[in-house]
Amino acid sequence: MESVNAKYVSQKISKTRWRPVSHSSLQQPDIFATGSWDNEDNKISFWSIGNHGSSGMDEGFEGDPQLLCEHKHDGDVLDLQFLDQDRIVTTSSTGAVTIFRHHQNSQTISVSQRWPRVHRYPCDNAPCTGVVCSSPEIVTVGEDGKIIVFRADQEGVIRVIENADSSTIHAVTYLRTTEILTVNSIGQLKLWDLRQQSNSPSQILSLSGDRLPLHCVDRHPNQQHIVATGGQDGMLCVWDVRQGSTPFSLMEAHSAEMWEVHFHPTNPDHLFTCSEDGSLLHWETSTHSDMPSFLQGGRNNSMISRSAMAPAGGNQSLISTWLSGDSSKGRLETTHMLPSQTLSVNSLDVLGQCLVCGTDGEAIFVNRQVPV
Amino acid sequence: MEELDVEPAITNIPAASDGKHLGFAWGPGDILAYETLYMAPGSGCSFIHEVRKDEDIYSPILRKLFNESHHIFVGLQTIREDLPSKNKKTQFVSISKNYRSVIRACMEELQQVAETLHPYMKTSVLVLQVSILLAIELIWNLCEVLFIDAAPAGPLLLHLLDWVRLHKGDVDEKAREVLQSESPAEHHDYWDVVVSYVLQGRFEEARQMLVKQATLQPAARNMYKLMDTLLSKMPFYNPGGTQTLTEFDVKWRHWHEEVDRCLQDNSFASNQHLEIICKILVGDEDTLLEHKELLSTWYHFLVTRLLFCHPTVKPTELHYYAQSCMTMFLDLRSVPEPLDSILLAAFEFDIHQVIKDCSIALNNWWFVAHLTDLLDHCKLLQSHNLHFGSNLREFLLLEYASGLFTHHSLWQLAVDYFDNCPEFGHVYLELQIERVPLDTERKALKVLRICEQRQMSEQVRSICKIMAMRALRNNRLGSALSWSIRAKDAAFATLISERFLQDYCARGTFSDLDLIDNLGPAMLLSDRLTFLVKYREFHKLYEENRFSEAAKLLLSLITAKIAPRSFWMTLLTDALPLLEQKEVSHNLFVFSSDKLIVKRLPFSLFTSLCSQN
Repeated sequence: MESVNAKYVSQKISKTRWRPVSHSSLQQPDIFATGSWDNEDNKISFWSIGNHGSSGMDEGFEGDPQLLCEHKHDGDVLDLQFLDQDRIVTTSSTGAVTIFRHHQNSQTISVSQRWPRVHRYPCDNAPCTGVVCSSPEIVTVGEDGKIIVFRADQEGVIRVIENADSSTIHAVTYLRTTEILTVNSIGQLKLWDLRQQSNSPSQILSLSGDRLPLHCVDRHPNQQHIVATGGQDGMLCVWDVRQGSTPFSLMEAHSAEMWEVHFHPTNPDHLFTCSEDGSLLHWETSTHSDMPSFLQGGRNNSMISRSAMAPAGGNQSLISTWLSGDSSKGRLETTHMLPSQTLSVNSLDVLGQCLVCGTDGEAIFVNRQVPV
Repeated sequence: MEELDVEPAITNIPAASDGKHLGFAWGPGDILAYETLYMAPGSGCSFIHEVRKDEDIYSPILRKLFNESHHIFVGLQTIREDLPSKNKKTQFVSISKNYRSVIRACMEELQQVAETLHPYMKTSVLVLQVSILLAIELIWNLCEVLFIDAAPAGPLLLHLLDWVRLHKGDVDEKAREVLQSESPAEHHDYWDVVVSYVLQGRFEEARQMLVKQATLQPAARNMYKLMDTLLSKMPFYNPGGTQTLTEFDVKWRHWHEEVDRCLQDNSFASNQHLEIICKILVGDEDTLLEHKELLSTWYHFLVTRLLFCHPTVKPTELHYYAQSCMTMFLDLRSVPEPLDSILLAAFEFDIHQVIKDCSIALNNWWFVAHLTDLLDHCKLLQSHNLHFGSNLREFLLLEYASGLFTHHSLWQLAVDYFDNCPEFGHVYLELQIERVPLDTERKALKVLRICEQRQMSEQVRSICKIMAMRALRNNRLGSALSWSIRAKDAAFATLISERFLQDYCARGTFSDLDLIDNLGPAMLLSDRLTFLVKYREFHKLYEENRFSEAAKLLLSLITAKIAPRSFWMTLLTDALPLLEQKEVSHNLFVFSSDKLIVKRLPFSLFTSLCSQN
């Protein structure tokens, strides 16, 4: 595992995200942002791995991530997303939502916009646990069970869904451009249609059996009915939101809470999960048949792909291998991506061939040669 | 109480004014001090001062040291006991080298930072930290050579030479300066560099330097050639070779006699520098002592002296030479520094003294804890019990980990250290983990996971109760319920259900339907909770006009007696409209069961019902 190195950064990393690269260029990502937690002075930082050159570089160790700039952050960074090339949105344990702007020329960071105390209880602040954005719209969720919608250049909030949940909402993601999915601490996956004015979800799905908290959710990049979640017991669940109210398949993944799950954005046969037990798993499925995917059944025109261009080699069969129901039927390989046991891996992000993750051992791991 | 080894350090509290009394309270890693009025009139002071002993854990660069060494520590604990001892030794040596490289990396980073600061701002703290790390690495390296690697006579000297060379970096700097000048042989530091190389046993480099001088003085060519020959012929012991120690010793004596002969012959009499070098080669103590500045430390002097006088020194003989070298090198007036006595104790193979002296000299338990742990794994520490229970290794690890636990962020590392203290680790962890502040749910979940993995059920219950109470206070009933489910706390679940039922009585509708309707098997946690869910189900069935099912459910609720007393009236009043439903009234079963209900009601309630009607 020569291409994975630990960089110790003197702060526990709670979130790490790659800066998005434009679709037209074939570049690998070179800048990522991290947020810290559990410090007296928390920070957000931007790092570079110097992938500016072409892919003809020599193999192996190409240098540690270099710190570009950092900025103080009030409270733990509970979630972080890139709004566009220069701006990130962060949510804080003080209940605030902040947009930071990264000035590339001077390598400085400034606060571009701030909504303090948007998530709160009557007498106290409530940590804001998740954010998802599709510029300029931003949606956040918190421990107070509220869903709040903002717009990036407007003061104040656009919409608040009070009491959306009686328990803590841990994560949120977009299902379609106007629909979002949230997961909460009683094991429910809720679908909200933001076009509706009602304050109740349009659909509720939950696990049968113990209602353990769900911590993370991610949607399949091409097939928008397929959603993966991970929860307190470390089980990876794959759901089909069109059918049924229970998950389609359950796979034992980790021995402790699963903090993040990500489908690879351009190669969705690959899935990555990271957990409190200190491991980061790379899941890879493959189809049974050798038939090219476009011969396997008609395309359903009602599926709207969110990316501007269709992915080149992606699996577009209607019956995705993620929904095979039983992990022993389809070929499902899992590999550990970190060289040895570490403290909890809190966050990961994958883009192209690069993977970055941050741990409670105050280390960042970057892998530039993920086999996807 | 035993006598103190050193005078206690005095810390002035700047803000406290003279003549005031100070009160204090001990904390886990620090002291809180405050001004207090003690019989004297006057106004009080509203400040509390926190006096910390260990500033190092708050240094961002040193934090890397703690994290990386934690990683190495955890790896060390997993080395299997059943490996043959030779393999284990190489593993231990490589682990020791890992620790040292971590120390070096931190040191270099501190030095870099110190250099970038404005000269006026060169804080003495950074410089002090660098020098402490240097000393630590020096001591650790020596311990590795003497204790872990435990080289026998022969390789021992080679390892000691490496040790000295590693810690005397300024020779290379000077050499670089000299070589980069226009005429190296005429540089004023030239001979210093050559002599330093010789003192460190680096004869190749010395010879290369001498060549430059030789070319400048063609007349003295023979002399230089002779010196070159002497330097090249000095035997060094080859541990991997077939030569035994005795054979090497014989060879070395031959060479030594040859050098002595050259000296007696006055072969180098005309060149003072070469004469000095020759005297060094023969091991003349006075010449060596004349070069105190180049040697700079007594242990360098020791190793050089051993190199040229006793290259086959045995480990057990080291301390004689060490003591005498230290006495010779240091002035009679100067007091030996703590570092000197620690190194001397190491040469005497007195591990316990080394650890004790280091514990006193350093303000942080990091070094002694990790070194002792490694030495314990090498089975080098005799297990003698201390007065306060547990052995030395465990004591030091517990102290170190307790110090870590006071840090707002590094407490997570401490957990692994406690895990590896078999006698008291668990108890310490139980006491400490409850004090970790829980600001967010995410942190609480991590602490809970730590407790659950170690079967600390008391702590699990108490943390879940804290979080559930907090949620309840903020009216987050779903969160409160999920915490009580995690702790399997039936009593709390009952409390939450009571809240729901009170809400219902007050408002006539249920709140948080998404929670109650979707609880699943979790509702069996407490009777009251089951009742709540079933009661809501009853209402749902009624609204959907499924009256017979609703009636059956209501019946089971009444007969199961899980309803709170306050609700019995409500249940009966709910039954009344059902009796009016045709499909229900036609069901004999229900009729006859109604009579059963009436029979089972306590007399008091029956009479109150009758009086109401």
